[in-house]
Amino acid sequence: MSNQTPHDWLNEHGDYLYRFALVRLRDTHLAEDAVQETLLAAIQSRSYEGKSAPRTWLTGILKHKIIDLIRKQSREKPSEDLSQTVADEGAVNEFFDESGHWADKPQAWAAPDDELEQKQFLVILQGCMDRLPKKLSRLFLMREILEDDNQAICKELDISPTNAWVMLYRARMGLRKCLELHWLET
Amino acid sequence: MLTCKQASELVSQSLDRSLTRGERWSLRFHLLICVACARFNRQLASIQAVIDKWLSDAAQNEDLQLPLQAKLRMSRALESEIAASRRRP
Repeated sequence: MSNQTPHDWLNEHGDYLYRFALVRLRDTHLAEDAVQETLLAAIQSRSYEGKSAPRTWLTGILKHKIIDLIRKQSREKPSEDLSQTVADEGAVNEFFDESGHWADKPQAWAAPDDELEQKQFLVILQGCMDRLPKKLSRLFLMREILEDDNQAICKELDISPTNAWVMLYRARMGLRKCLELHWLET
Repeated sequence: MLTCKQASELVSQSLDRSLTRGERWSLRFHLLICVACARFNRQLASIQAVIDKWLSDAAQNEDLQLPLQAKLRMSRALESEIAASRRRP
């Protein structure tokens, strides 16, 4: 396997890498950039020693490229700055009264059980995700990348782990509320 | 005693980091006596499960492919990078 050429990587793993990036970046151009930069970095690093499957190795590089792109974006669009997103605490506070009790208790909903229901649930969930600030939803989708190396990624994104937890909390509060409104309706 | 706000924060963080023993106990106790937070806990877990499944399914979805234009562009970029790396010592 180690005698694969970079073109083999593109042909055999390009689509996979693209899907991996697209679902997390939610932008076709960014996802294409991420794949291209991954393949270029793979040529430059020449570190592939056949210890892991090429796809695993390439996905590892891609994860860092995704983080790079998100970081670059946050520099280009300071209005969407992460710290600002966190500073906007009002959105969370509206869920609780001053004594810390639920202002609006979570309503019971039936978890989606069959395949059709899971599909409907996912459609609503994606719609709800789109209503979140883009930065928040991306961080949310990066969660399992975050898990790999929480510290390093927070450092790369220039946020503290505490900030990341606060943002993920805010994303979940918003998503849950949105699902409650729209999933219960169906 | 945790407030519901604090409990909901710990529920969320338990998905991102390991809680300390003290946090775990106080959260467990709160969830035993608070129906709303226990429900919140279950709902976050099911949202997370759906998202995890979505992320892993999305990468396997073979209908979604790199656009041909992008593939050609990348192929050219790879060519020139390979040529450049050959020139490097």
